[in-house]
Amino acid sequence: MSNTTTETEQPPAPDDSAAERLSTAPVESDGPTGIGAFGWARWMWRQLTSMRVALILLFLLSLAAIPGSLIPQYQNGQGQLKVEAWKAQHTTVAPLYEKLQLFDVYSSIWFSAIYILLFVSLAGCIVPRTWQFVGVLRAQPPAAPRNLTRMPVYAAWRTEADPAAVNAAAHRLLRRRRFRADLSGGAVAAEKGYLREVGNLLFHLSLFALLGGFAWASLASGTGGKLMVEGEGYSNTITQLDDFNGTRFYGNQDLDPFYLKLDGFTSKFQTKGDQIGAARQFTANVEYYQGSDESKLKKSTIEVNHPLEIGGSKVYLIGHGYAPVITVRNGNGDVVFKGAVPFLPQDGNMTSTGVVKASDYGLGPDGNKTQLGFSGFFLPTAPLSFEGTGPISLFPGDAAPELVLNAFAGDLGTDSGLPQNIYQLNTRKLTQLTQDGQPAKARLKPGQGWTLPDGYGSVTFEGYKQWASFNVSHRPGNEIALAGAVLAILGLIGSLFIQRRRIWVRAVALPGGGTQVELAGLARSESAKIAEELAELAVDLQDDAPASEDEDEDEDDTRAPDGEEAAAAPDAVPDDPEAEASDPAVPADQNSKE
Amino acid sequence: MQLASAVDPQLADLSNKLIYSAMVVYTLAMFAHMIEWTFGSKGAVAVRSKEQSGSLAETVATAGKKTGKKVTVTVAGAGGGTTTLTRTAIAGEGATVVTSGRGTDEEDGPGAAGTNEKADLAGRIAVSLTVLGALLHAGGIVTRGLSVSRWPWGNMYEFSCAFAFAMTAAYLVLLAARKNVRWLGLPVVLAGLLTLGIATTVLYTDSEQLVPALHSPWLAIHVSTAIFCGGAFYAAFIATLLYLGKDSFDKRMAAGLTTGPLGTSASIWRRLPAASTFDKLSYRINALVFPLWTFTIIAGAIWAEAAWGKYWEWDPKETWSFITWVAYACYLHARATAGWKGRKAAYLALAAFACWLFNYYGVNIFVTGKHSYAGI
Ligand code: HEM
Repeated sequence: MSNTTTETEQPPAPDDSAAERLSTAPVESDGPTGIGAFGWARWMWRQLTSMRVALILLFLLSLAAIPGSLIPQYQNGQGQLKVEAWKAQHTTVAPLYEKLQLFDVYSSIWFSAIYILLFVSLAGCIVPRTWQFVGVLRAQPPAAPRNLTRMPVYAAWRTEADPAAVNAAAHRLLRRRRFRADLSGGAVAAEKGYLREVGNLLFHLSLFALLGGFAWASLASGTGGKLMVEGEGYSNTITQLDDFNGTRFYGNQDLDPFYLKLDGFTSKFQTKGDQIGAARQFTANVEYYQGSDESKLKKSTIEVNHPLEIGGSKVYLIGHGYAPVITVRNGNGDVVFKGAVPFLPQDGNMTSTGVVKASDYGLGPDGNKTQLGFSGFFLPTAPLSFEGTGPISLFPGDAAPELVLNAFAGDLGTDSGLPQNIYQLNTRKLTQLTQDGQPAKARLKPGQGWTLPDGYGSVTFEGYKQWASFNVSHRPGNEIALAGAVLAILGLIGSLFIQRRRIWVRAVALPGGGTQVELAGLARSESAKIAEELAELAVDLQDDAPASEDEDEDEDDTRAPDGEEAAAAPDAVPDDPEAEASDPAVPADQNSKE
Repeated sequence: MQLASAVDPQLADLSNKLIYSAMVVYTLAMFAHMIEWTFGSKGAVAVRSKEQSGSLAETVATAGKKTGKKVTVTVAGAGGGTTTLTRTAIAGEGATVVTSGRGTDEEDGPGAAGTNEKADLAGRIAVSLTVLGALLHAGGIVTRGLSVSRWPWGNMYEFSCAFAFAMTAAYLVLLAARKNVRWLGLPVVLAGLLTLGIATTVLYTDSEQLVPALHSPWLAIHVSTAIFCGGAFYAAFIATLLYLGKDSFDKRMAAGLTTGPLGTSASIWRRLPAASTFDKLSYRINALVFPLWTFTIIAGAIWAEAAWGKYWEWDPKETWSFITWVAYACYLHARATAGWKGRKAAYLALAAFACWLFNYYGVNIFVTGKHSYAGI
């Protein structure tokens, strides 16, 4: 593949030094070169760092990313739930998928293998390239090939000016065009566009920075979740967070110390049109202080796109809902429960479900110790009737709030010592209260109360607050990844938009008097500009080396066959240095010209 | 609870009307282009390229005699080679520079109108209509934005409108820059109509405020670059298809057949630019867009970090952006390092564009993720 880089696109040039490819891509060999394990190891390394394998790996990487977009992933937002749901639906293939790590594609062995191999390949490719490039920068541009007519772009004329003066003028002109130019051996060799190579190396190297940023983030980040009702606050410790996922270098003890309180929550919704009910604004008004110094309490807001940064953590607003404020009284009228209970939204209109647990109820009507539990719905905008729909909300805003409750009595299981889900009622040891043979049920508007049957006391729906849930995230490594990304783009721009090209100028005295001026250029094939550039240079050079008048006529008819030969030669005869070496003093195309 | 800020229904309605008017005008432009193509087939196309090179060669010769100074630059083209005569203008300043090469087999065709004057007129009318359509189209997008006082790309309908506009505008800018791209007129207008058609029927949503997740300056940055990249990838895709078509046509001609691929008329293909021109064009566009696409993804990641706390979560949209990115990287790599040209590279480009299309329509419609938009 080494010789396909530019040669397939341009006629190969005879002199290696000059036609040396404009890319420093490493040269690859096709078979094991040594014998034994070492030879094979070296061969495998060569294969791994070859362009072909790099291409295959890139292709595989994009293929391997596909399943993760179609099958639910643990890694995603509510991934856990979605994966479980999917598994329940596809019981036959789920175990196989699990084995193939298809629910965890992006940290699976096979996905990791591909990108690790790709990066190894990249390192094996980029490091030698960098050295090679440093060498290129130190050396002078490659000397002019003997036969300039074989270069892809070529110009020539005769002049009366002195060869040395023409060469010097060309050298000066190329310098002015900011070429690196070298005048030696009766010819000028010039090269420009090194930034292309720099850009290319920078791009590939910054991919490592990106990867490093990712790696560091996955080793040293942690996220916690916290739900707060308006008016509540918490200290960022493991005991007060609802949940926490740490990593190797950011565990329970490393949590950034701060205090955060939710003062209030504002939500706005679309009230008409075909997007009715769509969310328009969520704002959490908070107070916080960093460390443990309460006197530094500050006010701030958190919105969906505007997290709050406290110390090394960022606090994101990720959810919201309603929390009805409920008072439960026992048969004697004593308050046994009072508080705002977060209900979880189930649909876009915020039909919310939740449970109330009065675990300190005390003695029931029968004189035995008992507990009360309630499950129900909070509907921010309740319909007039539940007929046919059940309890659903019609709109996410609180236009007509209602609370729907069922009551249970018995053992809530809260004393068993086992952790309990605060959003679920374990009804195993509970019996539902009944009224007139029907399950007891109530629809309450704010301020309304419900007298429970059988002397169990009463429930009052005092009102409601909003709650907001937050993601507390500590993620280092972002800066590294960002720097890598920015450098990658800059590098790409250099790599794709800058052309690396070479120009040679040679002026020699002709045996019959006068001077032959030859210009030739070589660039990557995607550039048509080299011809333009050479032409401009040729025009400029004519100020110092005007074309001889008399030559005009015959140039017209010799030019065509000459061009024909220049282009056709490489295809027919790949390399023919001997023919020219026999008469080195005379430029090759001299023969066809005179 | 508070009500969301209002929508100006008159402006929203005006926006819809402007978009529909743009579609009508584009349709007229399409017919004009069709007429251009039909009449154009009557021109003497085949001889044109020879005449052209002959006359240019003469110009050069006379200019050379007049000034007495001449520089000839020979360009050896890749596999077959193209003749390019790029510099004749300096004659007045005392020197003539001719960039010329061998082989006239890869001459660009003269364009849709061929040499037929009526066809040329139809083509000019088509371009004028396209300009008018684009103005109406732009008006539709602006009024849509004004009606809700925000950037007009908050949902699929709005993306599609903006995206079709980006494509048409890019084409018109190239035309204005005197690039030889009028042959693109018909495919561009067709693609624009198709996109607007899908937008107004399948994807339509009323003009409304945005969900909070989209309240961010990144909306303007990330989404507008994404739209631009989309338009450009689309254009490169058209060029790739035309390359494949022209390449097949050339092969069929070499094999002595008289029609283009799929039974198309040879005269159409003859009037189009050379296969190598299409090949280069699609490469150039893709290479130009790739850094911007990289930027788009990174901007998206930064936005995700601000909105959700993680810059990369392998959400389906993110995943497919990544797949698209790798696919285009693969294509550029194949061309730059493996020397893949022509058909092999073209197939890679098509695969990459397929990924992009799926990311745009497929993911939004079939796969659920965090990138869900109001309405769709
Ligand atoms: C990690 C994934 C990689 C990505 C996303 C990537 C992407 C790119 C891109 C976009 C270009 C620019 C193409 C152009 O200049 O026209 C490029 C060029 C190049 N890449 Fe990669 N590449 C990756 C891995 C590799 C690997 C593993 C190697 C070596 C085995 C490699 C070697 C090269 C070379 C030699 C060039 C261009 C040489 C030139 O044009 O002078 N790349 N790459």
